[in-house]
Amino acid sequence: MTAAVNPANPAIVTSVSTEPFLQVRDLSVRFSTEDGPVQAVDGLSFSLERGRTLGIVGESGSGKSVTSLAVLGLHDRARTRVGGSIRLDGAELVGADEARLRGLRGSRMAMVFQDALTALSPYYSVGDQIAETYRRHTGCGRRAAGERAAQMLALVGIPSPRRRARDYPHQFSGGMRQRVMIAMALCCDPDLLIADEPTTALDVTVQAQILELLAEVQQEFRTAIVLITHDLGVIAGIADDVLVMYAGRSVEHGSVGQVLSAPRHPYTMGLLASVPRLDGAVDVPLRPVPGSPPSLLAVPGGCAFHPRCQARDLLPDDPCGSRRPALLGGDGGDGGDGHARGEADDGREAADGHAVACHLGAAERVAFARRTVEAKPNDTTRTEGTSR
Amino acid sequence: MLRFLIRRTVSAALILLVVSAVTYLLFFALPSDPALLACGKQCTPQLLATIRHNMGIDAPVPVQYWHFLVGVFSGRSFGAASCPAPCLGYSFVNGQPVLQTLLNRFPATASVALGAAVLVLTLGVGAGMIAALRRGKAADKVAMGLALIGASMQIYFFGIVVRYIFVDQLAWLPLPGYTSPGASLSGWAGGMLLPWITLAVVNVATYARFTRSSMLESLSEEYVRAVRAKGLGPWGVYVKHAWRGAMTPVVTMFGIDLGLFLGGALITETTFNIPGIGKLAVDSVADSDLPMMMGTVLAASTAMVLVNIAVDACYAVIDPRVRAL
Ligand SMILES: Nc1ncnc2c1ncn2[C@@H]1O[C@H](COP(=O)(O)OP(=O)(O)O)[C@@H](O)[C@H]1O
Ligand code: SF4
Ligand SMILES: [Mg+2]
Repeated sequence: MTAAVNPANPAIVTSVSTEPFLQVRDLSVRFSTEDGPVQAVDGLSFSLERGRTLGIVGESGSGKSVTSLAVLGLHDRARTRVGGSIRLDGAELVGADEARLRGLRGSRMAMVFQDALTALSPYYSVGDQIAETYRRHTGCGRRAAGERAAQMLALVGIPSPRRRARDYPHQFSGGMRQRVMIAMALCCDPDLLIADEPTTALDVTVQAQILELLAEVQQEFRTAIVLITHDLGVIAGIADDVLVMYAGRSVEHGSVGQVLSAPRHPYTMGLLASVPRLDGAVDVPLRPVPGSPPSLLAVPGGCAFHPRCQARDLLPDDPCGSRRPALLGGDGGDGGDGHARGEADDGREAADGHAVACHLGAAERVAFARRTVEAKPNDTTRTEGTSR
Repeated sequence: MLRFLIRRTVSAALILLVVSAVTYLLFFALPSDPALLACGKQCTPQLLATIRHNMGIDAPVPVQYWHFLVGVFSGRSFGAASCPAPCLGYSFVNGQPVLQTLLNRFPATASVALGAAVLVLTLGVGAGMIAALRRGKAADKVAMGLALIGASMQIYFFGIVVRYIFVDQLAWLPLPGYTSPGASLSGWAGGMLLPWITLAVVNVATYARFTRSSMLESLSEEYVRAVRAKGLGPWGVYVKHAWRGAMTPVVTMFGIDLGLFLGGALITETTFNIPGIGKLAVDSVADSDLPMMMGTVLAASTAMVLVNIAVDACYAVIDPRVRAL
């Protein structure tokens, strides 16, 4: 049933180009607001191949959604300046005209929004909303599009899809609604799927089911997936690469193995410490990174994370407040204000594709990581004491 | 849907019963004696008693009301005059059953109210949409400025001024009046033009402003962004989705406002001397024609109740979430 509509042809894909399927270079997004300009994304670079998943992680307000909307070209042109380059299958999207972007949206690149209840129109049946997308991009008739809608609902595991296609979004449970959203995103076999916090609104068991569905879909259609989340736990099971964002910038970027098992940025370490461990006690409360992300109207100078960073004291001369660390060690790299202090004696890291924007050198990092780990058991015993 | 209609019909009947009882008690407990008026100059006590009896006002008020209710279902007679069911009373001033007069006058009122409502909705919603889509630009400011001017107009004042300028002086508009659309469609529309414009100008502003804000809110909905993310063009984004969402509160407000509208139609009729139910109500007060006064009140309440049922039924069509209730 689904094999017939699968357009992904590996032979063609591998022979066409050597450029990554999705390549984002030095992306910047700036809004003009009444309170002044807001640089929501600054110098972001990443690339993604078909059939692979990139996880973008960061606290709320770090620019994840702004990034995904930029890829789809959905920012209001009058109020937003998008700079840098976004190339999808070799074609430049930044500055492309609206009609061309419209043709790509929903067909080659699709988006799954966080809350399906608000992202689906309450006024049309889910079948109509899926069919509408399909008709827009295939020009097929009402009947065929209706068929397609039912077929997609079946694909994402909605029971009695024909009947359910006539129902309205409010008649579905949260998890089923998110499946509808995914069905809608997939109905034209997109090559790129951007899922912006697709499971944040759902409870944990449903979360796992939705992630599993995305993985299945990827297996079957070789979809490139950008999975946006503020939860590193979600990333672990599904992503190949991880990009950690802070205040609109990439602060750490590497493979899942690199970033999750050997984090290099104090912020990533903090996020990891706040992930509930599957092997740990269920009711150990999370330890969020202390403090809160900065307002984009007044991003701290130097390293944007410095007011919250607990590793600063390991560095002599406190460079963090004045010099912005460059993202180093990856394949792209972006310029900060001069080089990271540890870069010279740390040449090994420059080649392994694991990039980090932090002044800490390898030795200080190890020291800081040890300090974090040692802090942990104390906290656990204390919280266990109070929760029993 | 059937259950909805049954429930609403029953409650409508109850409302009308209460309205009729209250108006009956209010009007017929008044000290004025319509029989005395009807009796004329050479009145004798005997004649007066006969007239009283014929008018049906010789019994105590609650009994009179009971006769009225019975008449609604089985008809009654007033002396020599007969009033077939459904009888809402008999107007001795007009020499006609009340219902007959109401039905004769109804088309004029319906023409004024419906025509103006259509005008208000198209102009108001249209201007509001344009203002929302051109937010902050010249079109937005012009539309909202005109809306503000319109909103500060009074029907009576505005109607008279417009009539003076455009009918009496410039002769750009035909004289206001009522011609049956069956007899002459252009005559009907021509005569209605001034009442329509007057009533619309006064109300269009509210709708323009409300549509604008509703549309702006709708445009900021996540689902509108999602529709753009699906690759739909301006028609799909602005009309099919954003407009659809924006219209739900507008229809709600229209439902609430229909009472005001009917009221406006009644004032407009008297302003332009259109022989509708509003004019009838005013005349019946001047003539102390109690049955007719009561008839016009009942007609207005019936219209309100029916219109509310229609609006509620509209919600179910326009918002699927209401359907489930
Ligand atoms: N249209 C906009 N105009 C001005 N500021 C915006 C706009 N959209 C987002 N922002 C700002 O950009 C920052 C990043 O937002 P977002 O990408 O939504 O964060 P998140 O990582 O939680 O998805 C936020 O501080 C937000 O206030
Ligand atoms: S650069 Fe300094 S402040 Fe920023 S994360 Fe590294 S140590 Fe912390
Ligand atoms: Mg977001």
